[in-house]
Amino acid sequence: MKRTLLLCGLTLALTAGCTTLPKPATRAAAPEATAKPDQTGFPTQPVAYKPLPSHPTVIRGATIMTATGEEIANGMISLADGKILAVGKTVEIPKDAVVIDASGDFVTPGIIDPHSHMGDYPEPSVNAHSDGNEATDPTTPQVWAQWSIWPQDPAFFRALAHGVTTVQVLPGSANLIGGRSAVLKLVPGRTAEAMMFPGAPYGLKMACGENPKRVYEDEGPSTRMGEIAADRQIFQQAREYMQAWDRYRKDPDNEEPPAVDQKLETLAAVLRGDIFVNIHCYQADDMKRMIDLADEFGFKIRTFHHSLEAYKIRDLLREKGIGVITWADWWGFKMEAYDGIVENLALVTRDGGRAILHSDDPLGVQFLNQAAAKAMYEARRHGIDISRDQALRWISANVAWALKIDDRVGTLEPGKMADVVIWDGDPFSVYTHAREVFIDGAPVYDRDDPSLQPESDFMLGQLPPEVTQ
Amino acid sequence: MNPSIAKALACFLAIPLALSAAPSRAAVTAIVHGKVYPVSGPVIEDGAVLIENGRITAVGPTSEVHPPAGAPVYDASGKVVTPGLIDAGTQIGLVEVDLTKQTVDSALNVNDPIRAAFRVVDGFNPFTTLIPITRIEGVTTVLSRPDGGVISGQAALVDLYGHSLHDMLIKAPAAMMAHFGTGDDKTGNSRGGVALALRRALEDARFYGAHRSEYNTNQSRSMSVSRLDLDALQPVLSGALPLLVEANRSSDIEAVLAVAREFGVNVVLYGAAEAWLVADELAAEQVRVLVGPLDDLPSNFSVLHATFANAARLDKAGVEVGIVSGSSHNSRNLTVEAGRAVAAGLPWDKALAAITQVPARALGIASDYGSLEPGKVADVVVWSSDPLDFAGHPDAVWIRGHRVPMTSRQELLFKRYETLDGTPPEYKK
Repeated sequence: MKRTLLLCGLTLALTAGCTTLPKPATRAAAPEATAKPDQTGFPTQPVAYKPLPSHPTVIRGATIMTATGEEIANGMISLADGKILAVGKTVEIPKDAVVIDASGDFVTPGIIDPHSHMGDYPEPSVNAHSDGNEATDPTTPQVWAQWSIWPQDPAFFRALAHGVTTVQVLPGSANLIGGRSAVLKLVPGRTAEAMMFPGAPYGLKMACGENPKRVYEDEGPSTRMGEIAADRQIFQQAREYMQAWDRYRKDPDNEEPPAVDQKLETLAAVLRGDIFVNIHCYQADDMKRMIDLADEFGFKIRTFHHSLEAYKIRDLLREKGIGVITWADWWGFKMEAYDGIVENLALVTRDGGRAILHSDDPLGVQFLNQAAAKAMYEARRHGIDISRDQALRWISANVAWALKIDDRVGTLEPGKMADVVIWDGDPFSVYTHAREVFIDGAPVYDRDDPSLQPESDFMLGQLPPEVTQ
Repeated sequence: MNPSIAKALACFLAIPLALSAAPSRAAVTAIVHGKVYPVSGPVIEDGAVLIENGRITAVGPTSEVHPPAGAPVYDASGKVVTPGLIDAGTQIGLVEVDLTKQTVDSALNVNDPIRAAFRVVDGFNPFTTLIPITRIEGVTTVLSRPDGGVISGQAALVDLYGHSLHDMLIKAPAAMMAHFGTGDDKTGNSRGGVALALRRALEDARFYGAHRSEYNTNQSRSMSVSRLDLDALQPVLSGALPLLVEANRSSDIEAVLAVAREFGVNVVLYGAAEAWLVADELAAEQVRVLVGPLDDLPSNFSVLHATFANAARLDKAGVEVGIVSGSSHNSRNLTVEAGRAVAAGLPWDKALAAITQVPARALGIASDYGSLEPGKVADVVVWSSDPLDFAGHPDAVWIRGHRVPMTSRQELLFKRYETLDGTPPEYKK
């Protein structure tokens, strides 16, 4: 924990300058109807989300796990105006604050899942709900996950009840280039836009290896080499498109504007570094080929997802600054998942890389803290000393970094958005529940208060009133 | 529902304990000073388990268990001792890589929904890499079950140690696997069609059982399924072989109970996501339920009311509840499933029984498995701490008295890549 920030919280608790982190200018701008194609590539999400009403709140008596290296026993945290005001052994209690006695409880940042299909593959899983893969063309950068998201997916509400506050919803992995991601806050919303993390940058979903070549077995690409060729083809087009627009912008009086191409708009934004890149990849050799592709066309890979063989090339991934997103223990469901080991996260972490957990699963998202526990204890069993703070970062701070929102969420630090979970015990125990969840300082879930347990429209009235739970 | 089938079981049990003579099995091993959970009785704070020739010969306070002089002693001070865990919901040995068809032998993919004669044991791979990774996490016995169709075929019970199927097999068939739920093209796309297929097969099998000689001389009425299927269903009709039925919607469970009553079969429910809604009926009929994996998502219209509290609510209503992983590659997470059931209200001791004693009873092997008692097969696990929580892990595992090497293909991969020191990892074995 940074003492300066803490002090700031204690002494200047009510000044706005201290509680609001400046946002990078490029991310503050919401896309407007007047925005010109390729001027921005619409790199940031809209700002339609409105935080729920909140009240100054102080949580005391809990073990505060900050995800910044510190675990404060019997500590306090203060929330106000949607932000974290102060964290420490003791903090000032504003006069009008709600004080929550959380003795014996634990407090962590809200859990973040960087790989979800909630909303685009919602429950119940029926054909009418299958909106995650535009599997009609191996390269579909023009589709955006937000156009598929059903905000009434019951899975959103289950995840929230398990301490998850932010997720990145991705298109599926049928395609080499699956489309844009959507980063959501898990607040109930009548529209997908109302859930979108305000101003967060967009991500691109790519995939390599077995999935695309299986889906396009007949029409191609049907091999790994065919996949790389198709990737190079479209990135070549994107480069030329970007250059054409650059020429036009430099001399708009004499150049004709190029024709707008929705596919290449998104990829041009990737090449400019405005949209970050998530790649579904399992095998070490596949990851290396994607790194070569990125180097050739001059874009950066933010993270590999699944990454079961990251441990085999963890030195290369660290050198390239690429985050490793994976599961704790999934393996064996296909050939490229055959070498998954539970020490993957720990080896990457120990050797200086950035390790991150994901679920890719509407049940798994509810237990990301348990996945972290499993990987942490297995690491220790195998002689790798993973601290509780490091394990917590796998599901909070490091995920925020992966989504480029680490200036706003992911740790318990003054100025960050007050996305906070109170657990009724050690979050690394199977017996522990999320007791209370706050998003932007507003209580959004309470295990003991049915009025704070949101439920999907879909689930209403599914049981007759004579059946009680 | 016909729990007393021990006599009939005698002919199925095929535990060749006397035949295997691997070097890892000391004739006698004493595990002492552990916190022993026998499951069949109260916890023993400073307890000992004596293993002799593959069987447990004594369980009690360390001060009262006297190993022969010179016998190897495992000091379990500060540790927890339980029976080996039983996962009654896997396809271990039948699948190596799910999406690679040539490694998958779990289903008879034919049009007929009745596949009672299909025996998974004929395709069981004793050298699957799933076995070592599973047993070093404390799961020592698994049911490998078929899937597909309405009656999928015959499941096999194996202990996860040995050189061959012969070494590992406990019994096959151990259960007849069936599924009740939404229909498909083969069952007229309706639940009633599934019930019809099931009833027709059982009815034919009953008729066949009573008219076998007529059938063999072509003087019987025609049958909807083959002679081998009819033969395979006979022990189901006699109650000797449990009919393990996957059913999730509460109405499906009630439909299965109706069929079970009509034919007098020994039904065990599997999956049973909405069983809590009919808990009282299940308790009244004394039907055992193997739930899992625990879930709270309405992932299809048959499980709209799935809840993590399913096991706890069934237990509260007096139903004997087992828990399965529902997984093959991660059968090792059986303890996590049990832990989550505890988090949702199931008493801890019931959760331990749900992954030991209850599946043993449901599958008719409770006289040999599922608890730490003299005379039982020596499947024993010593845990570093609470086996149901993440901090706990096995420190030692015995299967049929063999001390299991704590390694797996994944452990070898870890060791190969533990340090990247410039030597090609391929030279490290």
